[in-house]
Amino acid sequence: MTPVPPVRLRLRYTKAGKVRFTSHRDTARIWERALRRCRLPLAYTEGFSPRPKMHFGLALRTGFASDCEYLDINLEPGSEVDFAELAQQLSDALPVGIDVTTIAPTPSISAVSLQEAVTSCRWEVELANVSTEKANETVEALLAADKLEVTRFRKGREKTYDMRPTLLALEVLEPVQDRARLAFELGTQPRGFRPDELLAAIDPELVPSYVCRTHQWIDNDGVRTEPLSAPPSPATTDEVAAA
Amino acid sequence: MTTMWSELEPILAQVEKPARYIGCEDGAQQPSHDPSLTAWLMLYPDTYEVGLPNQGLQILYEIVNERDDAVAERSYAPWHDMETELRARNLPLFSVDTHRPANEFDIFAFNLSAELTYTNLLNCVDLSGIPVRTENRSLIDPVIAVGGHCTYNPEPIADFVDIVVLGDGEEVVGEITDVLTAWKAELATFDLSDPAAAEACPLTRRDLWARLAQVEGVYAPALYDVTYDGPVITSFTPNHPDAPETIEKRTITDLGEWPYPKNQLVPLTEVVHDRLNVEVFRGCTRGCRFCQAGMITRPVRERPADQVRTMIQDGLKRTGYDEVALTSLSTADFSGIEQVVADSVGQSDGNEGGDNGCSPVSISLPSLRVDAFTVGIAAEVQKARRTGLTFAPEAGSWRMRQVINKLITEEDLYAAVESAFSQGWRRMKLYFLIGLPTETDEDTLGIARLGRNCVEIGKRYHQSASVTLSVGGFVPKPFTPFQWFGQNTGIELQRKVNLLRDDLRKDKSVKLKWHDPSATAIEGLLSRGDRRVGQVIEQVWRNGGTFQEWSEFFELDRWLDAVADAGLTLEDYANRHRTEDEHLPWDHLSAGLHKDFLWQEWRDALAEVGLEDCRWTPCYDCGACTGYALEHVVASATPPAGGSQGTGQDLARGGAVPVTLSPRPVGASAGS
Ligand code: SF4
Repeated sequence: MTPVPPVRLRLRYTKAGKVRFTSHRDTARIWERALRRCRLPLAYTEGFSPRPKMHFGLALRTGFASDCEYLDINLEPGSEVDFAELAQQLSDALPVGIDVTTIAPTPSISAVSLQEAVTSCRWEVELANVSTEKANETVEALLAADKLEVTRFRKGREKTYDMRPTLLALEVLEPVQDRARLAFELGTQPRGFRPDELLAAIDPELVPSYVCRTHQWIDNDGVRTEPLSAPPSPATTDEVAAA
Repeated sequence: MTTMWSELEPILAQVEKPARYIGCEDGAQQPSHDPSLTAWLMLYPDTYEVGLPNQGLQILYEIVNERDDAVAERSYAPWHDMETELRARNLPLFSVDTHRPANEFDIFAFNLSAELTYTNLLNCVDLSGIPVRTENRSLIDPVIAVGGHCTYNPEPIADFVDIVVLGDGEEVVGEITDVLTAWKAELATFDLSDPAAAEACPLTRRDLWARLAQVEGVYAPALYDVTYDGPVITSFTPNHPDAPETIEKRTITDLGEWPYPKNQLVPLTEVVHDRLNVEVFRGCTRGCRFCQAGMITRPVRERPADQVRTMIQDGLKRTGYDEVALTSLSTADFSGIEQVVADSVGQSDGNEGGDNGCSPVSISLPSLRVDAFTVGIAAEVQKARRTGLTFAPEAGSWRMRQVINKLITEEDLYAAVESAFSQGWRRMKLYFLIGLPTETDEDTLGIARLGRNCVEIGKRYHQSASVTLSVGGFVPKPFTPFQWFGQNTGIELQRKVNLLRDDLRKDKSVKLKWHDPSATAIEGLLSRGDRRVGQVIEQVWRNGGTFQEWSEFFELDRWLDAVADAGLTLEDYANRHRTEDEHLPWDHLSAGLHKDFLWQEWRDALAEVGLEDCRWTPCYDCGACTGYALEHVVASATPPAGGSQGTGQDLARGGAVPVTLSPRPVGASAGS
């Protein structure tokens, strides 16, 4: 319980259960209100409509769950914050399914933005009514592919990208009931793709019934770290367990 | 089946804005159901974004959930994509709180604030697997109930709703629960799943209507028969011995006893009016003759100022909102508004140990009065963001404003506008109605003239000053002095819009916006229609006409075809002037207002005679207080400061005709 005067805080949180159907934008607004409710001394932008200084990491697609979302916030200089209490306080102010698992101060000067720092993400994907054989075939097909193409619209123009270079690792996990499970590790630089996009490139019928981001990695010359390490006990809500 | 969540999850991954359907808001409840409890489903027949902020439904949601014998959940009209998925999978509409199938509730309570949502009401009922017409409903189908401003003429939807509730819902919701809880207990003594036992059950849906109709303020349309001769009603008679001749609205006397919502819902996704809302008073007696809300919600009942302060303070702390709206029909009229505003602004100041952390709080005052005093308050609350300000002078000439009894002088308007521009605002939005009774082209063009004059004032302060004129076609509403007036046709309204557009063609700083005159025409049909209009609504719905409030889905021809197929005409319902002796479709309902008061007001309107606010002047016996032994609840014995809209009106400077007080003889009543 040592009060410290941080300027910038990094928070790690989950997004699970019903609340995973909120958008990235919704999540930002939910956070803004929760931070106000906890009466944190947030730093605000200047100007006519001051907004709190908050920086989110890589956007998470609406409907996807996550064990590892990140948020950086700036506080008024000289603010004193009790971390031990804050995580619980914030989790209480946030909707069910969004829980703060770790909080730590980050040095503001050297801090690279989360989007730039993160190099890859690990995803767990569930495919309802897909057999283990089919799952194995899919994994082989993905790994064997020379190219995995996706077309995106950018500034009103179609652009085709090859996703294959971002596929760093892929494995089949133990199925749960009739749901096959896969784990992807996908690179995010210079451009990241989603596991459902990779699956669709092989077979458009393969639509995941559930997707969860389990890790965001920062690769520093072969040494992998997380923006904030995972908490000692994984924070999962009942709903996550049910899903 | 008690929760449909697992069926919904795969659908949510596919539809637009899935957060509309998940609930989970702060303030949302997860009630446990039990067959002995009366289960309410509070419904708003438009999207979640439009419906969630509805304060009426939120209040009832809390009050019902506080009871031991009832539970309440919420639902909203599903968007097209969700509807398609539900129908394809044969799934019913569901609640957003526990995702329970809608048909497992005992009563649906719809809030009706806009006539064009009627087709969505039918769609929600149908999606729940319930017959849309009351006559086809079984003993165990949920009760379809409606409340809200539109229900002061519920006749167009009379064939689709089991009961209509008039007026404030806070008390009546409990009385209806009592009836339903007893009814359910009685029904439970019969095994309705066994056809033979069900056959022997002596209870009928008609019995339920009759029991509910004993609750004051509750109208069960099926208990009445109507006959017609051409466009007019010749008789309206109860067909059940227990059906009352007249149904009176409900009025709560003391808003201070109802500090609801205590836990305003904080949505997870963006909605309209996304802020803390605190209702500071109900009712309005300024007496604008076009305004149904002002007429049907009389008398004025202020919330105690201390309670307002507490609700703001606790609400901001609990929700984390950085904006609070002080709501009412004319918030600047609230006694001691300046003090409440000053205290609230002070409250948000974190450096003084304020209660909302350190964030800047903004206060919004919807329905601003048009005077410099009001702008002063606005300046107090909008220290930072002085972008735009909105006023509603409603009509372009003093003559026209006397007809509608919105007694704003031109000096008032210019003083307000000058004060706003001089204090940093750059954009002004002015609301007007066109198609008002006795309106001439000169009156219409007066709107453009006012707009130009306002811009001219603005240019003295800012080169970029601009004014937007927002123009809507007037729809006469039941229980207003204009209920007898024949509405302008869509073509006439369009001509007036064109008149303004041509006149303003060269003025770059005056922008004109207008409401689609064809939608206004259909609102006219639905506002003053009788039961025969029901088949029109049903046909439009059957042909896919949902979300008619959304201009991209509104199709005039679909409505016109349905009107023609029903053998009716728009002219008869919307454009025809009614006579004093005509039996109006809502004559069996009472908003407390004496019909002869309204008729006298209509005559005075035509004579261009104004009428002062009765809060601080003698009562005119309109009936709203006198009929129910009520009084205004106003903290301040003196009228608010300000221009001619306060009392002691200094109207001489506004025009040649001073306001004449028209006292009404006490006791005369044709309306009740
Ligand atoms: S009864 Fe009298 S005091 Fe009450 S609203 Fe009507 S006119 Fe005003």
